[in-house]
Amino acid sequence: MIETRQLGKLFHDKKRGEIRAVDGVTFRCEPGRIYGLLGANGAGKTTTLRMLATILEPTEGSATVAGFDVATQAEEVRRHVGFLSTATALYARLTAEEVVRYFGQLHGMDDSAISQRMDAIFARLEMNEFRDRRCDKLSTGMKQKVSIARTLIHDPSVMIFDEPTLGLDVMAARTIIGFIRECRDQGKTVVFSTHVMSEAEKLCDIIGIIDKGRLLAEGSLDELRSRYRQTDLEEIFVQVVES
Amino acid sequence: MSLRNIGVVYRKELKDSLRDRRTVISMIVVPILVMPLLTIGMGALMADIIGKAKQQVPRVMVLGGGDSPQVTSQLAAAKDIEIVPARPDYADEISNKQIRAAVEIPPGFDAAVQSGQQVTVKIYDYEGDLNSELAAKNLHKFFGDYSDATVRKRLESRNLPDSLITPFDITEQNVAAPEKVTGAIIGGFVPYIVILLCMMGAMYPAIDLTAGEKERGTMETILSSPVSRLHLVIGKFLMVLTASLASAALAVTSMGVSFGIGKHMLMSMASGSDANALQLTVNFKSVLAVFGMVLPLAVLFSAALLAISLHAKSYKEAQSYISPLTIVVILPAVASVLPGVEMNAHLALIPILSTSLISKEIMTGTYHWKYIALIFASSCVYAAAALGIAVKLFQREDVLFRT
Repeated sequence: MIETRQLGKLFHDKKRGEIRAVDGVTFRCEPGRIYGLLGANGAGKTTTLRMLATILEPTEGSATVAGFDVATQAEEVRRHVGFLSTATALYARLTAEEVVRYFGQLHGMDDSAISQRMDAIFARLEMNEFRDRRCDKLSTGMKQKVSIARTLIHDPSVMIFDEPTLGLDVMAARTIIGFIRECRDQGKTVVFSTHVMSEAEKLCDIIGIIDKGRLLAEGSLDELRSRYRQTDLEEIFVQVVES
Repeated sequence: MSLRNIGVVYRKELKDSLRDRRTVISMIVVPILVMPLLTIGMGALMADIIGKAKQQVPRVMVLGGGDSPQVTSQLAAAKDIEIVPARPDYADEISNKQIRAAVEIPPGFDAAVQSGQQVTVKIYDYEGDLNSELAAKNLHKFFGDYSDATVRKRLESRNLPDSLITPFDITEQNVAAPEKVTGAIIGGFVPYIVILLCMMGAMYPAIDLTAGEKERGTMETILSSPVSRLHLVIGKFLMVLTASLASAALAVTSMGVSFGIGKHMLMSMASGSDANALQLTVNFKSVLAVFGMVLPLAVLFSAALLAISLHAKSYKEAQSYISPLTIVVILPAVASVLPGVEMNAHLALIPILSTSLISKEIMTGTYHWKYIALIFASSCVYAAAALGIAVKLFQREDVLFRT
């Protein structure tokens, strides 16, 4: 479960002064559900998700992830979270297996538990063929699979995806979309951000429209359609942002 | 503090770095090759240049001497110089290396020498040019011998013994132990190389593990794992320190081997009496002591480089920050080799310079324990401060996510 209350982030920039990247964001996502943060570039999606993954510290409000406070129990939060974004690259000089094993070790797992879990994930994602290959020799699709395996090694109950399909080709994007659905079906709590309307339509149980750091509208796709009297999500998005 | 987590990060960074060509070159290849190249390579090159210069018969111009056939004929007969016709632009010819030197014989030289009058012979050369200085040396020797022969003739004509002008002989005898002699010769050079390689070895891993991670996008990946930032930075720091110390250790080992080979080469080149005088011995206890003194400096370099590189957004930016630092390290290391720079309590507090100065002393077998303790302690304080800064920076979002 993820719960945020008036979550905010203020950055200090030497040239631009104070920048409020996230402003009073409040939402809740239950296990077995996908919450989609829909917003344009610079709307505050990445900052919100980085705060949930405890990579950044909130300056206002609070949030709990898997029952732990992101500000005071950051390490516990990270133990229960799988975080994947296009910015989370792989160690190019390590093999697929070495990368996944490294993250298993960082999660405090012992070697036999890592091997067991890794075998299952590699078989499920059809990765055995390239498990001993260095990451810099892998195709984009293969790299995405390694990233997925890395986020799953410790079997997290919460998954956070920050624009996970950005820059990927159709096939690689489909792998990710399928993986997100699978996470929901396994009962995990899933939050993901996107600016691609079709992805949000396909995946999200609840959509939150974010702009200039503020969460402007929230609801299921059907709720948003009836509230804004539009069927097309893009039209709804434009209406919300422009109002 | 979880040693397990630090160990996990350290082992991964070590494995990753050993697969990085740049790190392997700076950490292993350069330290192994630099000493043989500097000692054997440069030594062989210098020996070759000096040998060739000695073999060459230098072209020398004789200015004047038309009225002194005795000295000019002997000059013409000298085997180690070749006389070329005199020209008024002899200075330009020397500067342009057309001739190596010139000698000006004053008018009436032969007559003056006969009558016992004092005259001055002037030698012109190109200061700093090896060939010109060798030619001038040959001319000096010729006129020295000519002067001795003249004196001997005068004494003979007066029935006086040679000992009248050389009442006694002077000889030099070294009483210092061979390692002290060696220490005095190469004492400044060894710590300088070890200190420099300590920094060079740490440079690439420090950049790769910080700015390199940011550039490749793996920083966010690792920050999303449950490892604490303290454990992460210590694991990375230990890897950089390993590279720094490995460079220094390999440099010292390579230096030992090079020194042995270099000494053998010098002994075979030196003639009988010179070979006996050439008692070069390195005390490896001293080398180990120097290595010990460099330890806190390696910690300082590793932590400082890690902190500086972390500020950069990319590999290139980090390189532009760090490259000028090489001068900051070289300058005090070079200053310690300068004559007249002696250790005192104030200098003992200046990092790098103090280590370099005390290491020079240690290489000669002299141990100033008070200074050693002061330098070791102050270096440890600086190293701890740098490590503290690196740890603090790793907690700062504006540094980690600088765009």
